[in-house]
Amino acid sequence: MSTDTLTYEYDVVVIGAGGAGLRAAIEARAQGRSVAIICKSLFGKAHTVMAEGGAAAAMGNVNANDNWQVHFRDTMRGGKFLNNPRMAELHAKEAPDRVWELEEWGALFDRTKDGKISQRNFGGHEYPRLAHVGDRTGLELIRTLQQAVVSFQQKDFREHGDYEARIKVFAEHTITRLLLDGDRIAGAFGYRREDGQFVLFKAPAVVLATGGIGKSYKVTSNSWEYTGDGHALALLAGATLINMECIQFHPTGMVWPPSVKGILVTESVRGDGGVLRNSEGKRFMFGYVPDVFRKQYAETEEEADRWYTDPDHNRRPPELLPRDEVARSINSEVKAGRGTPHGGVFLDIASRLPAEEVRRRLPSMYHQFKELADVDITAEPMEVGPTCHYVMGGVEVDPDTAASSVLGLFAAGEVAGGMHGSNRLGGNSLSDLLVFGRRAGLGAADYIARLEQDRPEVQDADVDAARTEALAPLEFEAGENPYTVHSELQQTMNDLVGIIRREHEVAAAIEKLGEFRERREKLSAPGSRTFNPGWHLALDLRNMLLVSDCVAKAALERQESRGGHTREDYPVMSATWRKVNLVCSLDEQGRAKLEHKPVPTIRHDLLELFEVSELRKYMTEEELAGLPGMEPADEAVEVAAVEDEVVEAEAEAVEAEAAEVETVEAEAAEAEEPEAEAVEAEEAAEAEAEEPEESEAQSEAESEDAPEAEVSETAEIPAQAEADATESVADVSAADGEEGAK
Amino acid sequence: MSYKAKFKVWRGDAGEGSLEDYGVEVNEGEVVLDIIHRLQATQAPDMAVRWNCKAGKCGSCSAEVNGVPRLMCMTRMSTFTEDETITVTPLRTFPVIRDLVTDVSFNYTKAREVASFEPPAELKPGDYRMAQVDVERSQEFRKCIECFLCQNTCHAVRDHEDNKDHFAGPRFLMRVAELDMHPLDTRERRNEAQEDHGLGFCNITKCCTEVCPEHIKITDNALIPMKERVADRKYDPLVWLGNKIARRK
Ligand code: SF4
Ligand code: SF4
Ligand code: FES
Repeated sequence: MSTDTLTYEYDVVVIGAGGAGLRAAIEARAQGRSVAIICKSLFGKAHTVMAEGGAAAAMGNVNANDNWQVHFRDTMRGGKFLNNPRMAELHAKEAPDRVWELEEWGALFDRTKDGKISQRNFGGHEYPRLAHVGDRTGLELIRTLQQAVVSFQQKDFREHGDYEARIKVFAEHTITRLLLDGDRIAGAFGYRREDGQFVLFKAPAVVLATGGIGKSYKVTSNSWEYTGDGHALALLAGATLINMECIQFHPTGMVWPPSVKGILVTESVRGDGGVLRNSEGKRFMFGYVPDVFRKQYAETEEEADRWYTDPDHNRRPPELLPRDEVARSINSEVKAGRGTPHGGVFLDIASRLPAEEVRRRLPSMYHQFKELADVDITAEPMEVGPTCHYVMGGVEVDPDTAASSVLGLFAAGEVAGGMHGSNRLGGNSLSDLLVFGRRAGLGAADYIARLEQDRPEVQDADVDAARTEALAPLEFEAGENPYTVHSELQQTMNDLVGIIRREHEVAAAIEKLGEFRERREKLSAPGSRTFNPGWHLALDLRNMLLVSDCVAKAALERQESRGGHTREDYPVMSATWRKVNLVCSLDEQGRAKLEHKPVPTIRHDLLELFEVSELRKYMTEEELAGLPGMEPADEAVEVAAVEDEVVEAEAEAVEAEAAEVETVEAEAAEAEEPEAEAVEAEEAAEAEAEEPEESEAQSEAESEDAPEAEVSETAEIPAQAEADATESVADVSAADGEEGAK
Repeated sequence: MSYKAKFKVWRGDAGEGSLEDYGVEVNEGEVVLDIIHRLQATQAPDMAVRWNCKAGKCGSCSAEVNGVPRLMCMTRMSTFTEDETITVTPLRTFPVIRDLVTDVSFNYTKAREVASFEPPAELKPGDYRMAQVDVERSQEFRKCIECFLCQNTCHAVRDHEDNKDHFAGPRFLMRVAELDMHPLDTRERRNEAQEDHGLGFCNITKCCTEVCPEHIKITDNALIPMKERVADRKYDPLVWLGNKIARRK
């Protein structure tokens, strides 16, 4: 083995220092294990800081009716029942404790009048549920966990005279390979960004907490770190990924200026009266209301405008359709040549509200556009288009221990799959990473306890191979610039495996990925090993390509539209496909291969939290057999079920239309229920009333972590309708792969 | 709308370096960080720079633009004229690693020296009760994105290398203030601020406040109140005592 490698020994190596990684590290250390935390950036800069909305936890501080069962139900609905039900259950049960313990570590959440943690309404959540700090909840979470790590270090300093005796942060380090001893994890290999020094961590347990994959897409809200490292490391170590086709696109990201392309524009802008217009000045959304939604959405601008002040007697403006509908409509307008100069559409609040009002309700958006785009949103419209936001798919894990299929390898947070099904609710990400970060830390500690003396050994040959692989781009001289390949990859994924997928396009993408793969082997990164971004990118590209291969192949395979996966040629949800997890692993050539495995079944006591009529929208009749309240389905239902379509049992209108293969929106029914909406409106008002003045203003502000609409005080967005990300596709003929953002 | 801008970027490492000239395309709406990225992609693939969020939220991209400490992602090119030469240099107070990347470990060392939050021992999770008005003061300080621009700017460290051992800098004095003002913190921090963290080095010039991209009133809301308390000037011992006793309940 080469001698130019620094070697460390730890019990647990946590890769990633965002919320999930830090929570895992804290737990492993609390269990008495020595822990290395590896972060690609500086400590405390992880992408978690971008999350603004809050952490969903059914504490019931604002509405005492909330409990874990309701949260579980919301999560399953949001994920279109592709979720791992045990994960959704654990998450809903444990989130409150995870939020409360943050307070012990010094977090300062916004408060209710009686001094408890305040909770905010959010799309898809039945009750006000998100613990928050203005619009910077993610920052609070990271800082709190960072400071909890420091407090362990201070404890160790008092005991051992060394802050880093038992928990050390390796900032600006990148892991390029996991090392195995037979079928067990033995360590991890990587480099220090600062000087290119190679590092070897010998450790029997590794926790992956590396976040997402957005950097494979051209337009994304994700930071440069999101190159799918954990996903790729897991694959290369022999672990499996599930449902990588499920990717959440947010309809309104900034498209201009280039520096901020992809950064989110909150749905509150639309909730507060903002309207979408094309380059001809037309409010085009009226032309895109699918038949199943026609009953709930206004047909004229006059009616739509009345809704903001009188939602009981008017129908909702079509700008507030589910996000997939909005994203697709924006797409079509741009494609038809009615886009803005920068390839988006206009989002106009300036002509809708007095300037003072805009500043009061949307302070953070006001500043975001003022400072980043030099656009005064009180005077001119914003330009927006869809942006890649979150990957629901990820490492296949055991819900209770976060263990992957490789011994000693654990995963938590965005890199893990299953929890969110096909679509994540806003606010469920921060709580997810706390709940499963802790479980991964515990899982790792327990695993080590069981190992006792039988520790795996790192093989020298593996270290040498990892070293050679990492050096390749520096040593290869006449190769291609990694930036070129990266930008082509981003363009390809954006264009061909974007919001709306078509068989031939996805197939073309897979072919291109094969070419990129060959080109990647011959990249060269001039310069030294000292903080050399070109070199780092060349190495990250391996991961992006592997992950993109999984995404594209899974997108081609899944013949239905569900949550974050929309197929133009299979526009509706299929009860048969709901039962399928697409499991990705690597074949001998290192290419992604897929397998179908059953989605874990939902226990009866959990199924009983739903009405049978609702379950019918998602499940086959056999699955429901034996449930109380289960009567034979009526004819119409059966016919549709045979056609493998989702059946909207509650909305009569939908049944009438089921024959014309149109969108069949499960959420139509929820959106129609007046009581539910009224109750929510009250709660929203309550929640707002309890907000102190400053945070009231902020609660309107955008939420980066919120794929779903936030509920604002004046314009209430029925939770369920917004919970819906990309679902079935109506009128797809005009849509196209350019995803409206160039 | 694009033009060719003149850039001078400091290139080099811990040993030595110099300003290098670049001619680089600038398009409408771009920020300094975009131009640095364009240089990476087209002329200098190994140009070292830190960044993450590109939205002023992570505090990674701190540098000095024409001598002014700033976040590069929040410095719009439209604030310069087209014929102006834009000079980008690394933060001056911290040792250079390479190009625009500096060794900011000083800050992490100082962070570790501030004693952690100490809640009342008997208080159970879930039972914390605090009024919004009481958490707001500390919340202002917790907006900090740790860009370290204030640390870079404060003359007490910028011009006096030897103070570094004894002075935590505005960001971490503010952290002490934040904990001190936390409604449930039980630790006595006043003396620590003065004795361990070097509050005395601060002579309230407010330069830190001026560069803070989060517009936190570091000097007015954190440092001055702490100084006043330390100096016993405006502080009323009875109120203060009552405060500490009350929170121990
Ligand atoms: S106010 Fe104090 S801490 Fe801030 S820059 Fe001046 S001397 Fe430094
Ligand atoms: S206080 Fe302001 S300037 Fe200082 S580190 Fe924090 S955000 Fe940056
Ligand atoms: S890149 Fe995050 S603050 Fe500039």
